[in-house]
Amino acid sequence: MTTPLTTSTAAELARALAAGETTSVELTQAHLDRIEATDGAVHAFLHVDAEGALDQARASDERRARGEAASDLDGVPVAVKDVLATEGLPTTCGSRILEGWVPPYDATVVRRLKEAGLPILGKTNMDEFAMGSSTEHSAYGPTRNPWDLERIPGGSGGGSAAAVAAYQAPLALGTDTGGSIRQPGAVTGTVGVKPTYGGVSRYGLVAMANSLDQVGPVTRTVLDAALLHQVVGGHDPLDSTSLDQPVPDVVAAARQGASGDLAGVRVGVVTELGGEGYQPGVQQRFDEAVELLVGAGAEVVRVGCPSFTHALAAYYLLMPSEASSNLARFDAMRYGLRVLPDGVEAPSAEEVMRATRDAGFGDEVKRRIILGTYALSSGYYDAYYGQAQKVRTLIQRDFDRAFAQADVLVSPTSPTTAFRLGEKLDDPLAMYLNDVATIPANLAGVPGISVPAGLAPEDDLPVGLQLLAPIAADDRLYRVGAALEALLEQQWGGPLLTADKLDEAVAR
Amino acid sequence: MPERRSEPVDVISREQVRHLADLARIDLDDAELDHLAPQLAVILESVASISEVAADDVPPTSHPVPLTNVFREDVVRPGLTPEQALAGAPAVEDQKFAVPRILGDEQ
Repeated sequence: MTTPLTTSTAAELARALAAGETTSVELTQAHLDRIEATDGAVHAFLHVDAEGALDQARASDERRARGEAASDLDGVPVAVKDVLATEGLPTTCGSRILEGWVPPYDATVVRRLKEAGLPILGKTNMDEFAMGSSTEHSAYGPTRNPWDLERIPGGSGGGSAAAVAAYQAPLALGTDTGGSIRQPGAVTGTVGVKPTYGGVSRYGLVAMANSLDQVGPVTRTVLDAALLHQVVGGHDPLDSTSLDQPVPDVVAAARQGASGDLAGVRVGVVTELGGEGYQPGVQQRFDEAVELLVGAGAEVVRVGCPSFTHALAAYYLLMPSEASSNLARFDAMRYGLRVLPDGVEAPSAEEVMRATRDAGFGDEVKRRIILGTYALSSGYYDAYYGQAQKVRTLIQRDFDRAFAQADVLVSPTSPTTAFRLGEKLDDPLAMYLNDVATIPANLAGVPGISVPAGLAPEDDLPVGLQLLAPIAADDRLYRVGAALEALLEQQWGGPLLTADKLDEAVAR
Repeated sequence: MPERRSEPVDVISREQVRHLADLARIDLDDAELDHLAPQLAVILESVASISEVAADDVPPTSHPVPLTNVFREDVVRPGLTPEQALAGAPAVEDQKFAVPRILGDEQ
């Protein structure tokens, strides 16, 4: 059952806690009950920590009773993607190779959640090592889209997005290497933000591609994303790539945007991210949303980013290259799975390594490790890895030119709505195309958000609109995102996502 | 008779995939090779165009923001205890990671 406690936004819950209208124990229990009732169908969680969450909730209630709230969100529960290290809680990255591993330390973002008083409900499902766009590559079974349980919730962070969409958690953390926060947001009718590269610490995030990975908020509203962004963002001395500058005031930007006034804001529609290859209903809802921005006073221009057409190819060389190096650490020696090869007496360390990595990694992980090994091998390095790095420069230049003409850029987040489970599982290329609009931001390090833009007329499934801003201008995403959200909700008469629209099995 | 489509420049062979898996320390059996090799060929074909995109004078970018070396004050701070460091190990002996033999018989 949803209750007012599970359907409220995090901002509303924070207000109710501050006003003494509810307690953290009460609302943490309400979300645990909701998980219990619906996660058999959705499978958003790999691990639920009821006892730990309730302990943290009790401590939060005591702090509030003493008038010592640790933050605005003190007592509001949160779910955490299983790629972030949590001391004392299993962290598997959706992989057999880390089954049962319990980290001895917290990721910086997890430590910040705890310091701000947010009870951690559990760890959410994901494509193995964040490699995928459907969460079907999890070794522990797929997550299902709460709108239609026969469809994918996006990926790699399908668990976090589905948890928020199914009202199992008001807030969640995700990670985005090529779209893993934004694309699940789009196909589940929720909000997802990839902050500026370096804006949020990666310490304790199990790396796929260091130069692309970024942690960010997964929520139902733009303001909630800003509130969570503020808690986890900012400089971290434990991450050498962390930006040593304050997080822009994203919460103020979200509140300002909610007025719906965009007078003087220049919005650039990216020519290359739309049209052919985009589902008609996705394009239609996107075009309508752009019209709304015009109505709110924004000045809309078309911008060309010709190198974006090569972004997917560059990404699928750079990312596997970095991933193949990163995943070398899973060597069966210091942590994780160890498998002894069949029929070998006294196997060597190398033989154990080979057997373990064969048994412990799934197909997509193997594909990417082999691709990366190929792209980095002598004779191919210049033609592939070196060229992809040059394309990365061209994409940054395209962004520089575009942001000279526009304050923010817009596109559909994902070319299609949620597809059916199994539809693209054994066709890697078709799966990769889901990220075509989200990848350029990762290659250039710029921040991006996906906000719900409506339901596609042909299938009644959620469509996402993506906003992109220059490096360190994350506040622009929140201002324009909150404005669009307010304008659309006026049209719809409320949020896009409501419990009665979800799949019968999880509605109510 | 129509002209034969020229072979893509760098379609990866089954043997190459076997070699790469070997370099990456992954045992692949024949069934896995049959499954993965054609998929990898398709992916590589789709990214092959990259080699003609950028001119020679375009500098490569390895990272989205400029990197500088980061130092901290040289002060003692707490680390993991031996028990914590070994807690996830597949095998432990005398407060050390226990690993399979690392040398072959002939070494």
